[in-house]
Amino acid sequence: MAREDWSKLIFDKLAGAGVTLFSYVPDFGNASLVEMADEDNRTRTVLLSSEQEGVALCAGADLVGGRGVLLMQSSGVGNVPNMLSLIQSGRFPMLMIVTMRGEYGEQNPWQYPMGQAVVPVLEAMGIQCIRVERDDELDQAVESAISASYVAGQGVALILTQKFFGAKAF
Amino acid sequence: MADFPDSTIDRKTLFPQLFPHPENYLLLAGLAGTAKDSAAWTQEADNLITLGGAMGAAVSMGLGMALAAPDRQIAVMTGDGELLMNVGVLATVASVMPDNLTIVCVDNGQHGETGGQPGHTSRRTDLAKMAEGAGVPSVMTISSPDEIPAATKFLTDTPAPRFLCARVMPGAPTAYKRNWDLAECRLIFKRAFSAS
Repeated sequence: MAREDWSKLIFDKLAGAGVTLFSYVPDFGNASLVEMADEDNRTRTVLLSSEQEGVALCAGADLVGGRGVLLMQSSGVGNVPNMLSLIQSGRFPMLMIVTMRGEYGEQNPWQYPMGQAVVPVLEAMGIQCIRVERDDELDQAVESAISASYVAGQGVALILTQKFFGAKAF
Repeated sequence: MADFPDSTIDRKTLFPQLFPHPENYLLLAGLAGTAKDSAAWTQEADNLITLGGAMGAAVSMGLGMALAAPDRQIAVMTGDGELLMNVGVLATVASVMPDNLTIVCVDNGQHGETGGQPGHTSRRTDLAKMAEGAGVPSVMTISSPDEIPAATKFLTDTPAPRFLCARVMPGAPTAYKRNWDLAECRLIFKRAFSAS
């Protein structure tokens, strides 16, 4: 599946679920999704300095009835754990989309430490992880992530793996 | 040492003077002193959320509120230590330029909650200059009670987003036992917001 195609599927489902704020730290994996959110007049993007800002931003949006999502690379997961206290303590809905590095096919050694720690770190902070490895899993995974977060009020990470979208060649 | 005058502002008197009409705002206070002062000031009004952890969250949360409720005025109260933990948010605010976001930093130059250990702003760091450097369009610093009326005007009359650095004297915030259950506070706030 080409990046534009899976990004479009995710974008359409999120926008359809009433998500208006797409906060992000740039990554190759989320670039198309961010472009789509920039271009669509229902949604807007917020470029963050650090991923932790996005957790608090989405919680703030929820307080006034809005819906936000946080897009980041796996390395950014290391910047968010303490901010996730907010999600657990306040029982805020939270959806983050993590595009993976540091696993299957990775050639950059710097990406492995955090990449391998993504799921344990998120789970330790009460975030449920939904991994996508194959094209045919994507549609239901996105639906599940939306239901669990915005509808059921859970903290959820949709994890798009390198097996799913391909590893960067160096 | 930084070229700061010694402050003569008592933090406990600050918010009621800066915001004569708190009901016109959605209010959010970061952890520790600003949360206690604002909870005591409003008696935990249902248009206020106070945090007890997630250090650094306040301004980012306020920005999320400002973007999702563009027709409301949002005021964030944060401390110097809290803001420095997530100071990149000032750049995020400046890029987004929400015209309904006001930030007040209560700068006592120390980490009051953990025993009053000195912070960077007691040395050479100037948060107002950092806000200005980030690109926040309206920035002001006060350190004396005489300047508070001008600051009150600043908070309503200048283009937002705006950043007020209120240098205050060291000393305890207002003693107040507030609700620590954020999940309950969230629901109270959301109900009041929906009804407003």
